[in-house]
Amino acid sequence: MTRTEPGQPLVTLDGARKSFGAIRALDAVTLTIDRGECLALVGHNGAGKSTLVNLINGALAPSGGTVSYGLPDGQVVTGGGGMRAAGIRAVHQELSLCPNLTVLENLRIPQRDLTGRGWRALAAARIGQALDRIFPGHGIHPRAVVGDLTLAERQMVEIAIGFAEGAIAPRLVILDEPTSSLDASIARQLLTHIRAFCAAGGAVIFISHMMGEVFDVASRIVVMKDGRITGDRPTVEFTRETLVAAMGHVAPGAASARAAPQDSATILTTPEGLTARKGEIVGLAGLAGHGQAAALARFYLGRTSDWRQSDPPAAVFVAGDRARDGLMPLWSIRLNTSLARLPGLVRRGLVDRRAEAELAETWKARIGIRSDDLTNPILSLSGGNQQKVLFARALATAAPVVVMDDPMRGVDVGTKTQVYAMIRTEAEAGRTFLWYSTETDEILLCDRVFVFRNGTIVAELTGDGITEAAILAHSFDQRETA
Amino acid sequence: MKTLLARPWIWAWVAAALAFALTAAISQNQGAWGLAVAALTFSAFSVIVGLGQMFVITLGPGNVDLSIPATMTLAGTVSLKVMDGGAGAEVTGLAIALAIGAGVGLTNYLLILLIRIPPIIATLAASFLYQSLAIWSNRGLRVKPPESLAEFAVGRSLGLPNLALLALVLSVLAWVALNRAAYGRQISAIGQNPRAARLSGLPVEAVRLATYMLCAVLAGLCGFLLSCFSGGAALNMGQEYLLASIAVVVIGGSSIGGGRSNVPGIWAGALFLFLIVSMLNSYGLGAGVRLLMTGLIIIAIVAVGSRGPRGT
Repeated sequence: MTRTEPGQPLVTLDGARKSFGAIRALDAVTLTIDRGECLALVGHNGAGKSTLVNLINGALAPSGGTVSYGLPDGQVVTGGGGMRAAGIRAVHQELSLCPNLTVLENLRIPQRDLTGRGWRALAAARIGQALDRIFPGHGIHPRAVVGDLTLAERQMVEIAIGFAEGAIAPRLVILDEPTSSLDASIARQLLTHIRAFCAAGGAVIFISHMMGEVFDVASRIVVMKDGRITGDRPTVEFTRETLVAAMGHVAPGAASARAAPQDSATILTTPEGLTARKGEIVGLAGLAGHGQAAALARFYLGRTSDWRQSDPPAAVFVAGDRARDGLMPLWSIRLNTSLARLPGLVRRGLVDRRAEAELAETWKARIGIRSDDLTNPILSLSGGNQQKVLFARALATAAPVVVMDDPMRGVDVGTKTQVYAMIRTEAEAGRTFLWYSTETDEILLCDRVFVFRNGTIVAELTGDGITEAAILAHSFDQRETA
Repeated sequence: MKTLLARPWIWAWVAAALAFALTAAISQNQGAWGLAVAALTFSAFSVIVGLGQMFVITLGPGNVDLSIPATMTLAGTVSLKVMDGGAGAEVTGLAIALAIGAGVGLTNYLLILLIRIPPIIATLAASFLYQSLAIWSNRGLRVKPPESLAEFAVGRSLGLPNLALLALVLSVLAWVALNRAAYGRQISAIGQNPRAARLSGLPVEAVRLATYMLCAVLAGLCGFLLSCFSGGAALNMGQEYLLASIAVVVIGGSSIGGGRSNVPGIWAGALFLFLIVSMLNSYGLGAGVRLLMTGLIIIAIVAVGSRGPRGT
């Protein structure tokens, strides 16, 4: 331990390396994070962002190099133990709350000092204050069971736990894809809070695939590629184009011009009032948790049966909540890819394993799944690559309707652009897409948009009427604000 | 390719081989071959019900069929009564046993689906019904099986017990269904994540129904064979197969949480269960100690097996 003046960095990585077997996830990374900084960490899926974060928060030990922390009293400690004392908190990309516990009980898991009589009241106060401060008007009760909350509310709770007061105040909060299931207005509240937190001397590491947010909130941007830091400059020195180029991808052009709405037949209508024509991309917009996911699930379950599997299916489903709705955790990448296509792969009662392997290889190439060997377990892939497998599973079928439940969570910009193009091609070939998204950029790609509020459709937008302003205007109850 | 040591069933086979060696080493009156034949014969019954239970357990947490003993008893008593010891009715008797199995499986499934009670309760409660039906139809009679069937059940072909050969054929079919057919994929997917399975388009309820019926049909067949083998049906004849059907699955390295099962382990588990009792017997241990040891050894095997490599 050494003593330095209080102006020292919160975290210093010096030549930190991390290998998993033969794979070098992080290669000699040197990085310091000072108080008051909001550092954005960008890069493609598998670039090493999560590994870097796990070294900083002590979840992984470096294979080489050091990670040291500056404590509030001016001491500097090296090694994983310093993380808690230094006030470093991490909010993970994969939601990690215990669904069977209440909100305040989930706060108790990281905050070990909440013991003895009356700890629940103290916990409720801490988490309630944090929620009120970050997300005014959130409507989440500290005694609510997490399993009853929507995905967006869970993410809000998780973020609030990261910023909540405790025995050791938060000094550096790591946010990994914090806005992936938040709608635009809630995400804005979070960004406002991050700015206030940094202005008060705190620091934030912000990982996001959303360029707008990165430029909005970050004071400094660190670009990662293949386990190395390839760029580390103040935000003002980047533009969207130079940043995307630094990440190693061509800048995605303006959203491809929408084909004029075709005069094809309406092939589906739902009780809520959703309609779609053949070959149309239909967006479900509005604030998160206002009935879009439920409408999609009802539609999908109504079109398919518990008793018969038709080939091709009448509809396929792309899950956004991967662990809950999509992944088969014991299986390989290959088996996960072929699942929905299974009836078409059966020859004389048995699965044609050669055809199955070919199918998986074809989709690996088409959608760019990053793995040497498709017989590896699905859980060996990063989150974004798992999501690609779920896309491949759905698109590999010949289903006329593809239902997508906010499927781009945790997917990097390059892949997104690729998948958008694929969706466009498939739509032109006559497939219909029902697409619920919390990202406005994605809704703007649709041919027809239905805005949801409180479980019902309040607006239908088409063509040039699909604008961010129109969507936002319909998402909020006008009478309330008037 | 995975190495042999990474197979989930390898430890059950090691344990079975060890039990065999220890028993054969000290049994003077019957040679190793005699022991092997006895082990194969008696294991055949556990294997047949174990295969059915394996499919049910693969369906995931909470799925288990506790009505196997009652189904065996009902199928055994009714089919023997119908055949009434005479020649010429063998096929009818077998058909009745299998039909009873199918009926039981359908009933179990309907209870689970319509009344929405957990399978463990549904099958246990229903087994009282099946057992009562067996008592009612039997009324203390002890009917002998037809001569031809009795001979088949205790006979050998190619030097091996007929029952073991039959169980082997069924095991091969089960292996194909589990590892090569779409059905095996479906039950594994449902066992890992029923919600995701449904959202991937699998006919979840049809697969569940088929699985509970398959399990009960195998139990019916086993009851039929067991009553032919032991010269008549008895009301308690299925009793020991309640534990055995589950134990052979778990000892064999299949995941008790569902989703991942294997057939070779069923054989290892069945042989091990028989041999461990023989071993303790031949070492002259009393019934109490024997039961205690059996329990402890099963726990140890399961503990070792579940920590071993699982081909992640």
